[in-house]
Amino acid sequence: MLITERKPIDEIMTFIANEKSVFLLGCDGCAAASGTGGVPEIQELKNELEGRGVKVVGWKVVDFLCQKALIRNALRTHADALSRAESILVSTCGIGIQATATVVDKAVHPACDTLSLGGIRGEWQGEERCAECGQCFLEFTGGICPLTACAKGLVNGPCGGAKDGHCEVEPDVRRCAWEVIYERLERQGRVDLLRRSPLQFKDHARMQPPTQLRGTRRWAVDMRTTEDVVQ
Amino acid sequence: MKLSELFSSGKFVVTSEVAPPKGVETGEMLENAELLRSRVDAVNITDQQSSVMRLGSLVASQLLKARGIEPVFQLTCRDRNRIALQSDLLSAWAVGVENVLCLTGDHVALGDFPDAKPVFDLDSVSLLSTAMALNAGKDLAGNELEGAPDFCLGAVVTPGADPLEPQLIKMEKKIAAGATFFQTQAVFDTETFARFMERAGTLGIPVMVGIILLKSPGMARFMNKNVAGVHVPDALIAEMAAAADRPAASIEIAARLIREVRDVCQGVHIMPLGWEKHVPAVLDSAGLPGAG
Repeated sequence: MLITERKPIDEIMTFIANEKSVFLLGCDGCAAASGTGGVPEIQELKNELEGRGVKVVGWKVVDFLCQKALIRNALRTHADALSRAESILVSTCGIGIQATATVVDKAVHPACDTLSLGGIRGEWQGEERCAECGQCFLEFTGGICPLTACAKGLVNGPCGGAKDGHCEVEPDVRRCAWEVIYERLERQGRVDLLRRSPLQFKDHARMQPPTQLRGTRRWAVDMRTTEDVVQ
Repeated sequence: MKLSELFSSGKFVVTSEVAPPKGVETGEMLENAELLRSRVDAVNITDQQSSVMRLGSLVASQLLKARGIEPVFQLTCRDRNRIALQSDLLSAWAVGVENVLCLTGDHVALGDFPDAKPVFDLDSVSLLSTAMALNAGKDLAGNELEGAPDFCLGAVVTPGADPLEPQLIKMEKKIAAGATFFQTQAVFDTETFARFMERAGTLGIPVMVGIILLKSPGMARFMNKNVAGVHVPDALIAEMAAAADRPAASIEIAARLIREVRDVCQGVHIMPLGWEKHVPAVLDSAGLPGAG
């Protein structure tokens, strides 16, 4: 399970201040358990946003937002509302945000930070990876995480080591994450985000499991199973 | 002496570089630096280029400075976290280093320790920003320093990148973070470079064209296949292949490239890759007299 924490509404507003309409997406898996992406939280988020004058054209809570096939199926039933939305605000972990950004070619905004739980992963993830950095900046990278997709984990743009669009580390199999980010933003007419994104310094202290999470039942179960060695 | 002062004076700035040895025998590196002394404004010292473990660029910079050769200290983020990078910057100023080239660095996978942990706690942009904080008398956490450095900070850019726009955006970020001059990846295609300068020139920061001395047609083909942002046109490869005297052909090509782009940029950085002894001939042929 991935533990998420809702970003402050003021931070979210900086992402969507210029959008005419948004669609909200929640997750009934880990995010619901974290109290960030279930039905009550999405309704609360909707109320908060509408209270600030944001037009919410629809919302949906999907069972597992880490699973791209499930996202596609769920969104097809909301095609009309989605077509009227300028962007999608996703209240779940970094994997779910990235998976959504992969299957919908629209601006996707993160509503949560994903906290580290010391390596315990999501339920049904695909190729997307979340570093559980606690400072989600997928807002500025087209919904692609360079912390995990770039071999150097660079957070302020490409290094110049890509050859023909491929990373210097594994040129046969690995695309340059920053070129993929650029291509997506260019397709969406949002390249200017790269100019506007704030200079990133990652806070590595936030990549450790927060003390209060070490007391959760899930953590306790995992520790118990780790110590329980079969003789 | 800071390179920024030379740019301000309108000088076409000339730099070159030497690589520290893999080992403790610094004689050859210092001899190479001596070959460049009277002909260039400053000498870059590479920071374990291609991620091959070598003697450090900070101490090598100090050795050059002690001999009166102005160093440009290359500093990468590959091996050091933000604590070590700040510490090395303070150390550099304490031994007289004034010019620092801030780089992200190659991935460890390219070198002789591919199993090492790649650090990249900072990158070129955040390193520049960090050095600027030190210049302003505070560390990255905002703590006051006992005495502040006053570095002239440089950075790199790849004019032949495709797509170019992400490179230009990062260049803007480096300028905003504190870069006051740029050295480029090796240029062999002067038309591509001129197109790059049409856009980069508007940023108002001096750009030094990067020139690599070609040693053989095979080296050119290798770079075309493996080195990001470098493209040696077929005509230049043919020229090298047909040459009876390869050093002479290499010198002629490098000097011609410099002459062709001289009017659209503010300096040249020559990467001799072991052919330091030919750099004076390149500068003679390009019409660039001594430093000073």
